[in-house]
Amino acid sequence: MIAFLKRYEGLWLFVHSPAAILAAIISVVILIGAVFAPWIALVNPYDLSSFSLFDGLLPPVWQEGANPKYLLGTDDQGRDMISAILYGARLSLVIGLAALTIAAVLGVGLGLAAGYYGGRFDAIVMRIADVQLALPAILTALLIDGIARGVLPAAVQQDLRVAVLTLAIALSLWVNFARTARASTFVQMNKEYVQAAIMMGQRPSRVMFVHILPNILGPLLVIMTVDLASAILLEATLSFLGIGLPADSPSLGTLIRIGMQFLLSGEWWILWIPTLFLVALVVSINILGDFLRDVFNPRLR
Amino acid sequence: MVYFILKRLVQSVFVMLAVAFLAFSLFRFVGDPITQMTGVETSIEDQERLREELGLNDPFVLQFGRFTADMLQGDFGFSYRTRQPVAEMIATRIPATLELGIVALLISLFVGIPAGVYTALRPRGIPTQALLLTTLVGVSIPTFVIGIMLIFVFGVQLGWLPTFGRGGTVFIGNWESSLFTIEGWRALLLPAITLGVYQLTLTMRLVRAEMMEVMRSDYIRFGMARGVPMRRLHYKHALANTMVPVITIIGLQFGGVIAFSIVTESVFQWPGMGLLFLESIRFVDIPVMGVYLVVIAFFFVLVNLIVDLLYVVIDPRLRVRDVQ
Repeated sequence: MIAFLKRYEGLWLFVHSPAAILAAIISVVILIGAVFAPWIALVNPYDLSSFSLFDGLLPPVWQEGANPKYLLGTDDQGRDMISAILYGARLSLVIGLAALTIAAVLGVGLGLAAGYYGGRFDAIVMRIADVQLALPAILTALLIDGIARGVLPAAVQQDLRVAVLTLAIALSLWVNFARTARASTFVQMNKEYVQAAIMMGQRPSRVMFVHILPNILGPLLVIMTVDLASAILLEATLSFLGIGLPADSPSLGTLIRIGMQFLLSGEWWILWIPTLFLVALVVSINILGDFLRDVFNPRLR
Repeated sequence: MVYFILKRLVQSVFVMLAVAFLAFSLFRFVGDPITQMTGVETSIEDQERLREELGLNDPFVLQFGRFTADMLQGDFGFSYRTRQPVAEMIATRIPATLELGIVALLISLFVGIPAGVYTALRPRGIPTQALLLTTLVGVSIPTFVIGIMLIFVFGVQLGWLPTFGRGGTVFIGNWESSLFTIEGWRALLLPAITLGVYQLTLTMRLVRAEMMEVMRSDYIRFGMARGVPMRRLHYKHALANTMVPVITIIGLQFGGVIAFSIVTESVFQWPGMGLLFLESIRFVDIPVMGVYLVVIAFFFVLVNLIVDLLYVVIDPRLRVRDVQ
């Protein structure tokens, strides 16, 4: 009942927050564009035969010399910018969401168990979390990437780039989930329903996942939104540094790295349009995250 | 007091040992050092002899002990890629990164703290709303995009500032500094702002939150009731109490500054440790990666140790507790 009211109240707050509505619209539009990229996009940026160098460096339609077929212009390879961005956002979102899922499962699992069992297990998990927290996420991700380059045979490296990148991001984000889940579990452990469940002899896994988990979902949801933004930023940064994805399967970060070469020339759109997209996406997700935090934490209102 | 410092020192030593262990494991288990050092023509027997000579067949603990002892003497091994001593490679890069990081941190403090105080004291003003909105955007825009934007505006469009490298540098002993020439400062400005923006938003938000919390406390209200001038209350009593958490965060932020300097150095082609680290990842140059980690951890531990000492200076209660 309380959960329902909260949801209802959240909806009411949402309708009265123009920033949240705008952020939600932008996120949903980019999400739909990314999901349906293969059907919307003019060309397939991964398929070299679907575009030609003769269409290279065309400006967006509102500038002189544009081809109306390419609304936002083309890059030096003749790739349609919209198509490249849609596929890039698709890749960025897939990696971001996958990394987030891994981080959430790992972090929430460990956090729940640490809060439930306490004692030595809790101490070990939290020490590891402290060490991880002292290392900034980007450094962790770079390190994991470097190790993967050293350990994996050269033949499979190209094929596993996406997996390595996802794992590197996931392993640098799990701590937030673990700490939040642990703190909330501690609070729940003292409640009567949990004590009753334990007393009835229910298995620890059942108490943790069936009884406690639904009651700590609120704060976890906030972490999820904020961390989705972090995951997308991290992926973009790694790809921008040239450590992430190669140029033939560009994510938003890779597109920006390619665009950097045109910083000094007149072809501004190759750099700034993907940049604008990335920033709009991340800002929107962060605004939604801030909004959710306010909804779940009435004290801050 | 002495006990407190000793305790922190022992903890720091353990942290350094843990990081050294990580670096050692990297070096020992990611790829085979022998295949990295020898070419294709080296015979198996020669490889085995080298392995025996370098002590790679010795017990693990012995190897780690030797590794740590070498590090303490400043022997960090050789790079796989350039065959130069890693200590030398890193040492020539340290000044660039430290100067960049410290200037960035100073920018974030000298702008962030006043902005935080202002937004806390006038929570409903229009400048406050504008500043808060700016910080939200500042947190969401990736560091490299901020760098590109600054390059575009001040380097390309206006042509005021250089967009890459360190400009004019001067050697002070072995320390290559860009703080003593105008050209050096001009080159430093854009990267330092880029690196400082994110920390600045964090500092501002934190100071604001702390300040608002303190302003609600009893002793401030008592001061108001007693007729202590507001200026004195704000800047002497309230600000002093917000400084403890702020200093903690600065200690923690230092790690972030160093980590993000990798990105900033990449955007501005700033020849610091971060750029070296990126290259070492690209070429799987494990010794350089490991030593970079150890050096970063060392700075991190050092800064946090200083921060702990600063507590005692700032917070008199910590001094009293020791007497008991």
